[in-house]
Amino acid sequence: MDKVTIVTSRTVVIPQSDIDTDQIVPARFLTTTTRKGLGKALFADWRYDRAGNPKPDFLLNRPEAAGCGVLVAGNNFGCGSSREHAPWALLDFGIRAVISTEIADIFRGNSLKNGLLPVTVDKATHRWLIENPGVEVTVDVRESKLLLPDGRAVSFPIDGFSKHCLLNGVDQLGYLLNQSAAISRFEETRSWKP
Amino acid sequence: MSGKSLFQKVWEDHIVVPESADTPAVLYIDLHLTHEVTSPEAFSVLRSRGLKVRRPDLTLATLDHSTPTVPVASLKDLEIVSEPAAAAQIRVMIENCREYGIELLGFESDSRGIVHIIGPELGITQPGKTIVCGDSHTSTHGAFGALAFGIGTTEVGHVLASQCLLQRRPKTLAITVDGKLGVGVTAKDIILAIIGKIGVDGGTGHVIEYRGGAIRALDMEQRMTICNMSIEAGARAGMIAPDDTTIQYLKNRPMAPKGAAWDAAVARWRQLPSDADAGFDREIAIDSGKITPMVTFGTNPGMVVPIAEPVPSATDDSFRKALAYMGVTENRPMLGMPVNVVFVGSCTNARLSDLREAAGILRGRKVARSVRMLVVPGSEQVKRAAEREGLHEIFLAAGAEWREAGCSMCLGMNGDVTARGELCVSTSNRNFEGRQGVGARTVLASPLTAAASAIAGHIADPRPLLAH
Repeated sequence: MDKVTIVTSRTVVIPQSDIDTDQIVPARFLTTTTRKGLGKALFADWRYDRAGNPKPDFLLNRPEAAGCGVLVAGNNFGCGSSREHAPWALLDFGIRAVISTEIADIFRGNSLKNGLLPVTVDKATHRWLIENPGVEVTVDVRESKLLLPDGRAVSFPIDGFSKHCLLNGVDQLGYLLNQSAAISRFEETRSWKP
Repeated sequence: MSGKSLFQKVWEDHIVVPESADTPAVLYIDLHLTHEVTSPEAFSVLRSRGLKVRRPDLTLATLDHSTPTVPVASLKDLEIVSEPAAAAQIRVMIENCREYGIELLGFESDSRGIVHIIGPELGITQPGKTIVCGDSHTSTHGAFGALAFGIGTTEVGHVLASQCLLQRRPKTLAITVDGKLGVGVTAKDIILAIIGKIGVDGGTGHVIEYRGGAIRALDMEQRMTICNMSIEAGARAGMIAPDDTTIQYLKNRPMAPKGAAWDAAVARWRQLPSDADAGFDREIAIDSGKITPMVTFGTNPGMVVPIAEPVPSATDDSFRKALAYMGVTENRPMLGMPVNVVFVGSCTNARLSDLREAAGILRGRKVARSVRMLVVPGSEQVKRAAEREGLHEIFLAAGAEWREAGCSMCLGMNGDVTARGELCVSTSNRNFEGRQGVGARTVLASPLTAAASAIAGHIADPRPLLAH
């Protein structure tokens, strides 16, 4: 994984609550065997009309959304299916951080393992971000802070290990493989065998 | 010092390296289930890094998600019935399993089926195990007192390579369910009522333990329906303590322990239930005596009402958008809403008892002419058991379709879809926009309610059909 230390970008706002991973990537796009190129499937059923043309009124299709790397979503983002295709699609599209009041567990874990930043903030900050689309914000991983244009710095939770992995580009599989002696010892000494 | 919960006992039994302030725990995984949709990129990582599968004997694979539910005898058939990408994905799965020495219950196996149905029926899902799969409904296996949760594809790679995962210990939520269930009220109605009460994010960060007299009274298939939908409340895992019902279910299953190993396992499983003084981070009580058949009205499983009660008034734009998508009117009940499709299937409700319930309603009756009804058994074993009882004849005589095992219309990626704008009463687990096909509208319900609605041609209460 590449290092991720700071993301600075304008926001694009989708205020809908409880956006599930079936909206982020509909299931029919999951018949793939590679993680590449899923950006075109991102929010496909909200983004395109029946003929496959972009819907001009969908927020991600508006001219002002071009180049926005921070998605502000309604309450509780990423619930539902465990598909890692959801963060893959967001990253491939160019989204590097997602801000909400709550982010579903599996989506959060998948995001962190791919360098997409899940940022949960308090309700008041969230409301301000929803009401002020397009502002430039900075997500500072080292400080665990979201910096707003008026100078406010809002803390967000991130566990220390995930932070370490993001800041140093640590590959978690490599970390696990380094535990192989402990894993062997566990397998040999446990009181029962699966 | 307080006692330990079921979750705590299973968690602590699998700690390879304890967690610290700086690092998560290394948690050992006893059983890794895998399927064609969420594994290909994980095998690609193994291949590119020259890694082996550490314990191929602890991984079991099947074909279910993008797999068609029309008969497929060979890969040549697959090319005819499937879209090229789906067929290619299945071929990749077969090739990956062959290359890495993983047992695959594929088209030639009489045990193939939905990954969360076959684990229990083979007896490889057992109390006290840690079980993972690249699928959020892995929570199903918690019905046996296993710690079972869904993982992403990167983590599928972690388990393949190391048989472990890096995990922070989740919080615990006890949901105590007491009260005698009314006629026509099922496990599906209990779990929908729970999700309606706590919301689709009510369990985020938690492992749920379902307990109480009403849970103890459920059989294993009903318990699986409950645990299956834990993720729809945001909880990665749901657990039920093993008891005589659990042990009776597992005895003599093909992959369950035998002889002295069985006795030792049972003795170990008996120690797993939460201690009387175990603490939980949160506790909730549900009176199941008050639950009636439940139906969803919106676009997530928390948007649910008792079948005869009115849909609540809209409170915000997301709610209004959901009602508009569904074509549902606030302050009116869902009863009587016209139905186009009825789907009985999925890892939530495609076991033998679910099919018996649907068949009990359909026996001697006809599916309304305006309705397409699809009955899809959860596994090849469920299919054969149903056919031995003649259930398929009841479904076919009523005018329903009887299919091969698979995920089918739970998610529109295998050829089984609900058309744009059509309304499907479905025994599956997610009523998200477009889940069953682009523009499809989904109403989640029990097999009884689904079958009653199929006959009526509109959303119908099954209870009058059960009275006589």
